[in-house]
Amino acid sequence: MKVKYFAWVRERVGKAEETIEPPASVRTVEELIAWLSAQGEAYAYAFEKPKVIRTAIDHAHVKADAAIAGAREIAFFPPMTGG
Amino acid sequence: MSSPVTTCPVAIRIQEDDFDIAREIAVLTRSRTDIGAVVSFSGICRADDDSSKIAALTLEHYPGMAEEEIKRHVDEAMSRWPLNGITVIHRVGRFMPGQNIVLVLTASQHRRAAFEAAEFLMDYLKTSAPFWKKEESATGTGWVEAQARDDEAAARWTKS
Repeated sequence: MKVKYFAWVRERVGKAEETIEPPASVRTVEELIAWLSAQGEAYAYAFEKPKVIRTAIDHAHVKADAAIAGAREIAFFPPMTGG
Repeated sequence: MSSPVTTCPVAIRIQEDDFDIAREIAVLTRSRTDIGAVVSFSGICRADDDSSKIAALTLEHYPGMAEEEIKRHVDEAMSRWPLNGITVIHRVGRFMPGQNIVLVLTASQHRRAAFEAAEFLMDYLKTSAPFWKKEESATGTGWVEAQARDDEAAARWTKS
């Protein structure tokens, strides 16, 4: 699946997007964040406070317990500050 | 004899270019005789953020999702109020104090719906549309943190 990062999450991870293949045991957003956090120092830094991270699946906001099955694009970002 | 227009044209744009409020209002109201009120809100880059002087502000967005998220709330606004036209323009890129960032126009037959819909759209734009601000000041650069007061402002529109 395609993963996108925005704002300081993007800066900390060090890239704007990538394609990942998490194991089948990773079923929810929360589990995906935990899995990503274990992929290296940059990820651990980006996701050090998982509760702060907002997630969107296929352009719609979702909660931490949302299932990731079938997702085409998952995005991680800090709380929005537009307007 | 032509019957009065009762459609609600919607324009949603995310762009780097500046906008002209007078021109956008003229576009929204052109050839219309059913519009009695247009409310415009414009957000402008400020020179200070409570404590520090801001030299510039950079706006980043999530292309695709930002437009969809605004559209969702425009649809919601249309279901709540009798609106005759909506324009939402959000700029992205780097801005200096005094420059325009966002414009919301809401048109209705009467002012109350237009005022309320504009406020509703702005409250959700700030808390739900995927845009992020980064400030540059004498002490360096930093991402603007979301404000609890903005979440509280958006929460008052939640239907119980």
